[in-house]
Formats: sequence, structure tokens, C-alpha cells
Amino acid sequence: MTTTESHNTSRTAAPLLRGRRILVAKPGLDGHDIGAKVVALALRNAGAEVIYTGLRKSPQYIARVAIDEGVDAIGLSILSGSHCELVAQVVERLRESSAQDIVVFVGGTIPAADHSRLQELGVRGIYTSDMPLEQVVLSVAQSLN
Amino acid sequence: MSDAMMAEPRLSQISPSGIDVPVRVGPSAIDTDAIGEPGAYPFTRGIFADGYRGRLWTIRQYSGFGTAEESNERYRFLLNRGQTGLSVALDLPTQCGLDPTEDMARPEVGKVGVSLSTLAEAEILFKGIDLSRISTSFTINGTAAIIYAMYLAVADKQGVARSTLTGTIQNDILKEYVARGTWIFPVRPSMRLIADSILYSNRETPRFNPISIAGAHVRDAGATAVEELAYTLANGLAYVDELLRRGGDVTQFAKRLSFFFYVHMDFFEEVCKFRAARRIWARLLKERYGVTDPKAQHFRFGVVCGGSSLVAPQPYNNVVRVAVETMAAVLGGAQSIFTCALDEAYQIPTEFSAELAVRTQQIIAYESGIGRSVDPLGGSYFVEQHTDQIEAAVLKVMQEIEDYGGVEKAIEEGWIQMRLAERALQRKLDIDSGEKVIVGLNHFRNPDEINTPGEVFSLDPLAAGRVIERHQQVLQTRQQSAVDRSLQRLANVAAQDGENLLPYLVDCCHAYATVGEMVSTLRTQWGEFHEPVRL
Repeated sequence: MTTTESHNTSRTAAPLLRGRRILVAKPGLDGHDIGAKVVALALRNAGAEVIYTGLRKSPQYIARVAIDEGVDAIGLSILSGSHCELVAQVVERLRESSAQDIVVFVGGTIPAADHSRLQELGVRGIYTSDMPLEQVVLSVAQSLN
Repeated sequence: MSDAMMAEPRLSQISPSGIDVPVRVGPSAIDTDAIGEPGAYPFTRGIFADGYRGRLWTIRQYSGFGTAEESNERYRFLLNRGQTGLSVALDLPTQCGLDPTEDMARPEVGKVGVSLSTLAEAEILFKGIDLSRISTSFTINGTAAIIYAMYLAVADKQGVARSTLTGTIQNDILKEYVARGTWIFPVRPSMRLIADSILYSNRETPRFNPISIAGAHVRDAGATAVEELAYTLANGLAYVDELLRRGGDVTQFAKRLSFFFYVHMDFFEEVCKFRAARRIWARLLKERYGVTDPKAQHFRFGVVCGGSSLVAPQPYNNVVRVAVETMAAVLGGAQSIFTCALDEAYQIPTEFSAELAVRTQQIIAYESGIGRSVDPLGGSYFVEQHTDQIEAAVLKVMQEIEDYGGVEKAIEEGWIQMRLAERALQRKLDIDSGEKVIVGLNHFRNPDEINTPGEVFSLDPLAAGRVIERHQQVLQTRQQSAVDRSLQRLANVAAQDGENLLPYLVDCCHAYATVGEMVSTLRTQWGEFHEPVRL
């Protein structure tokens, strides 16, 4: 795990997220991490302090890191089709620790049919690879303000 | 939508790999000696003198999901529709070495592929399929040696002679550390496992490809065509060096090394990438390792068309993309082709889209006639010059990796991963800005377009339960003492560096040891890869 200092070198976004801490995490076994890294870089470029977990983390681990690091939001990247189960588990772990105020957003291969289920779980943003990064950053910023 | 997206896009002078492409190329661009003849060193024009006239490429569709029964049914469907080889997609627990009953595994059982947790599953998966006649490709890496051992065990059970087996295991761990993420063990023992499986396969299954050194995933993750080739060739050399360290004979094992690439949309960049790849590889083997046997200099490769070049908006456009890419693969001389289905950008293909993907290849093979003459683009001023340009650019990136200290160091320290992430960010920003044109996504959108075709594939939600149930049955009915003995022997051999691990893995499979048990046994001896996270 690494913590990256926030700095504003963005081509795409104003420093909307200055002073915010965001955990980008890969729950489950899916190894496709480039989307997570691209979003992490974009959030960092927009002023956030971004922590990236690395691959194959359990929901317990992700919730614990989020709480220990005092993050404002968790971005979960899932491309294996297991998003509903994994998001539910992360949200449950946060709730158990009374940390449900941490904003959760999800990126990856997320079929439209599953959006309402994820929203019911409390997910504040759902992002797919087709979406412009600027829009993703803006949406994350709005969900934090 | 920004102004850039509204304006009529212009043709870029710079190729996606950053090569400055001249508008006109003349005869002075051609170096006839470097080109050579098809079937002759340095194989720029192809490894076979008779091209596809001798043998067509293999039509091989990646497929597998849910239980072994469901996948077996899909395989028979594809074989029935004229597919000539199987390509097995495995689920993530199998790829990461976890049994379906483990906590981390449960949400992923049967999702992106079929679960093969014991020999019992493999027996069902290949039921009614004659393994001596059909070649089978497995996209498996972290547990490749185990799945290969399981395939041998199934063949033994079917009474098929091992020497007749054909197919491929991907078995390319280096790119997993960089892009695909199904690593388990640290780099060194992983390299041993790969070398052991290659050397064992050369003896036991001489017609089998025990490795498919893959650039496709690195490409998918953001690498350019040039970087895809450079990283892959650098990995290839690392495997050659490891095999030599373990006493392999390069003339023998090099004949069974195979490669796997993406074909993207930039047509000539792709065609020339493959022409350059053959030439660079042949020269490296000759000049660096003294290989003179032409068969051991051959660069054989399969491709996947589609993948990250497919987009969800206006999905029927993807049919056209796959057709263009397939033509580039054929003109580049691919040995096997996997065409993605039009809905592959967002789901497991339906039977309709899977069939259309196979038909695309058949139309190009039998109607277009582009495979009739070997390397029909050979001698084109532009194609030859572009091949030279790509070759030079690839060698430059390979040199950068060597200067850093080699691929193993570059991977362990996360250097290649970081370069790739930066590249991916740039690519994404270029798409967002409309500078890189993707029709239907950032240009030429239609306000009332249909964004998904009607039919949607859905996985049987109960499949995972059936997988877990049968796994538990196997645990109860197998002979536990035989399992314990075989795992203990595996542990003993893994603890020392000398002996080949493969015979012991085959014994474990025959005893119905689980993939998770075999991996745990090895992990106890070797530990786990520590992922460098650099952003």
C-alpha cells in the first residue's frame, strides 16, 4: 500500500478534491487493476490524497484500512461480475464499525441491471470505463460535498 | 460533449505507438535482405513458405463459465459450429489457487470462467470430447502447472496417449505481475514452476505448447503496440534464460514457445507488429543463443481481436471492428485467432454473438481470399518501412528494460506497472478529449441510439452452489491417505531446487487433491509475491 501526496497537475480537473482522502481498493480476486490505477491517478491529480490497496483484498481489510486511514471515500474497482456480493460485504463491514458515513463508489464492469441494487446498498456513484474521467472526478467530488 | 468531439476528426500523422508515419513512401525505403522469403530466416514474411495454403489458422474462441456441465455444453456447441480448438476460461478461484469453499473465493465461483478445483471437474468438462483430436488452450498462469497436470490426468483417465495431446497453457507469470494479477508465488519460484512445466511438457507432450507468452493483457491495460511487443519479447528472453539455467536445450524448448497478442484497430501498425515480431525473435535466438534450427527460430503466435477496442455504445459497430482486426491478424500471419463477440465489452457472449464471432473468421477465411498468398503485403514500400520503424521502436523499449536491470527487477520494483498506469491514463485522456477517435463513443454519437442489443446473457445464479456441493462430495469420497502422501511428496520436492515438480503435481491430481491444497503446499515452501504498489 502506498500513500501519494496530493498535488495538482491535472489536465482535466480543477482541484475539487483538495484535502480529501480517498481509498481506491480492489476487493475479491479480480486482477484487472488498470482502471483502479487510472481513477486513482485522476483523483490525485484533482487534489485528493489517494491510497491504493493493491490487488486481492478482503472486504474486512478494505474497511479496516479505510477507517484506520480516516478516508472520506472508498472507490471499489470490480470487473469480475462479483460487484453485488463484494460491495455488500464492504458496506456491511463499515456498518459494523459505525463507519457508514464513508462514501462508497464503484467502478468496473457493472451492468445497468445491477445499478439499483448497488444504490440500495448505499453506493453513491457507479462508473464504467466509457465515462470521461472528468465526469468521474466531478461526481466523486459532488458526493463528498 | 466537447468541441473536439463535435468537429470532423482529422487523420493523425502519428500512429498510436507514436511513430511518425510519412504520407508517401517510395522504393528507397525497402531493404530487400531484411525482408527475405516466406518460410526463411528472418521470417519477416511468415514462418511457413506456403502460408495458410498448407494449414489455415485455428479458430479458437475463449469460453467457459459456471459449472463444468454448462461449459462442456458450450464447447460442444462451438465444436458443432465449426470451431477447431477449445479455449478454456477458468474462474478466478481456480486462477488464484483457492478452493471454491474459501471465503475469498465464494463470490467469484464460476463467474469469469469454469471452476476446476479437482480432477473430478475436469473429467466432466471434457466428457465426450476426444482430447487426442481437439487442441485445448487454457488461459491459466499462477496455477498453470497444476491445470496442465490435471489435463494430463484427464487424458490418462480417457486412455488418450499423452504424446498425442495438443494445446496450450498460457503459463506466463511475468505479465501477470504487470497486468493481469493472478500471481501467487514470488518471481523466482514462479519461474522455476514455469521452466519445470516447459521441460516436462517437451518430454511428455511434445506436441503441446507449454507457454504462451502474452502481450494481450499488457496491451489491454494501456500499452501501445510497440510496448506490447517489447514487454512480451523481454519476458520471452527471461523464460529462455531461466530454461537454460535449469539445463534446457534451447533448440528443443524454443520450438514449443508460443506467443499471444492483441490486435487493435490501427491496421498497418498491427500487421507490421507481427512481421517485426517474427524478425526480432528469430534474430535474437540466432545471435544471442546461437540457435540455427529454423523451427526453433519460429515465432508462432495466437491473437485476440476485440477486447479493449470494443465499446458498449452502438455495440453492432464492434462486429466491424472485429472483422478489420481479424484481417490484420491474417495479413500478419497469426497461427490462431480468437474473435471477441460484439457484446463482449459488457457481458459473457450470448450464443448468437458467439456464433457471429466464429462466422466472421469463416467469412474472412473462405470468402475474402486474403489468405490465399503468403504475406500479400510483403514488398509494399509502406509496409516494409513501417515494419522497420516498429522493429526499431521495440528494440529501444527492450533496451530501456535491460538498462533498468531486466524484467524481473523492473517487475519486482513496480517500474513496468507504473509506466503502464501512466500510459493508460494518457490513453484515457486522449479518448475523453476525442483526440483518439472511437466511433460511437467520442464521435458520431446518435441521440437515440440503442446501446445494448436485446438479448442478454445471464449466469445461472445457482451454478456456484452446485460447484461447491460437488467439491465437498469429492473431498468426502476420495482416498485421504493418497492425497496426504502426494501432497507431502510435493512439499519435499518444492523445498529443494533440483527436481522437476510436474510428476508430483500429476500424482496429486490423480489422487483428487484440490487446486487449493496444491497451492497451499507450495505457498508454505515459497511464500507469496509482495505486490509493489507505485502510483
